[in-house]
Amino acid sequence: MSTEARAESFAAADWDGGTLPYRVGHRKLGMWLFIVSDSLTFSALLMGYAYLRASNVWPTPFPFYPSIVFSSVMTFCLLSSSLTMVFGVSASARGDKAGARKWIIATILLGLAFVVLHMIEWNHLISEGLRPFFLPEHWVKVFTTTDGTPPSPLFGATFFAITGLHMFHVLTGALYLSVVAARVKKLKHEDIEISGLYWHFVDLVWMFVFPLIYIMSVDVQGLTK
Amino acid sequence: MSAHAEEHFAGTNKLFSSIWIWLLLLTGIEIFLGYKPMAIHFMLTILLGLSIIKAALIVAYFMHLKFERLSLILTVVPMLVICICLLFVFFPDSFRSSGLRYKFKEPPPVAVEKTEDQ
Repeated sequence: MSTEARAESFAAADWDGGTLPYRVGHRKLGMWLFIVSDSLTFSALLMGYAYLRASNVWPTPFPFYPSIVFSSVMTFCLLSSSLTMVFGVSASARGDKAGARKWIIATILLGLAFVVLHMIEWNHLISEGLRPFFLPEHWVKVFTTTDGTPPSPLFGATFFAITGLHMFHVLTGALYLSVVAARVKKLKHEDIEISGLYWHFVDLVWMFVFPLIYIMSVDVQGLTK
Repeated sequence: MSAHAEEHFAGTNKLFSSIWIWLLLLTGIEIFLGYKPMAIHFMLTILLGLSIIKAALIVAYFMHLKFERLSLILTVVPMLVICICLLFVFFPDSFRSSGLRYKFKEPPPVAVEKTEDQ
């Protein structure tokens, strides 16, 4: 009796050894556990950001153009890259390794487009005068409250730390997928699925970073113009 | 893991494309809401709610967790949710430190009374 058949007939004896209790290999389980730990890293950073935001006067400086337009296009790129990645994994499951490679390359390109757009967006803010521990002077002027409390200078620290760490994950993911695309014919299907898990996780984190960092800091009244 | 040429991977490309469209729609709603004047707590609740729905769609369909064994889901998801909820323990302190901020240009009233007494 094969291992899989035995596992089906003796589900209760899953933990007695000789079977895969989760029905996934140890590498895939390892990636899931890594994703859980990395989620906590981002959660702690976002929680730290929320802590600072709740305890300070916080600037809301992002104009529609360039910040919101760029970040929305970046979101579109990342969501589309997840779709191409899942198409790649599907192709790999069908045994179509060449198709999987094409979809993975499309994923890498979309990921790199995200990074390039993000760098341009960072450049806009840096040229305005935003630094990790300083705000541009005109931001301080418009966001100081009527009782004279200035906005928190830690806006830049939280922004660059969270989006920077996320960008690092995207770059690492692009590198990881490049290796997978290069070796796709030698790799097992599960290995391609594992690389997909990592990529989707990067997308998932952005689903929280985008609204909390960008949408919650929209300059609706055009104060920074 | 298996010597089969074809592996089982549930979900069709049509299903994944429809999930992608949903994710784009929800993102569009988030951007729209960003320009609607409303209380920050209300906006935060709606945005986080939408983000959790988006995250659930990604995890369930793109990351394939919906099609995995229940034991894996129960191992991965509840502990993450509990650990994230535990981080909320810091929030009362953030509101406290917000209240501690010195907001008056004039000396605080209590300090003035003390000098008068002396």
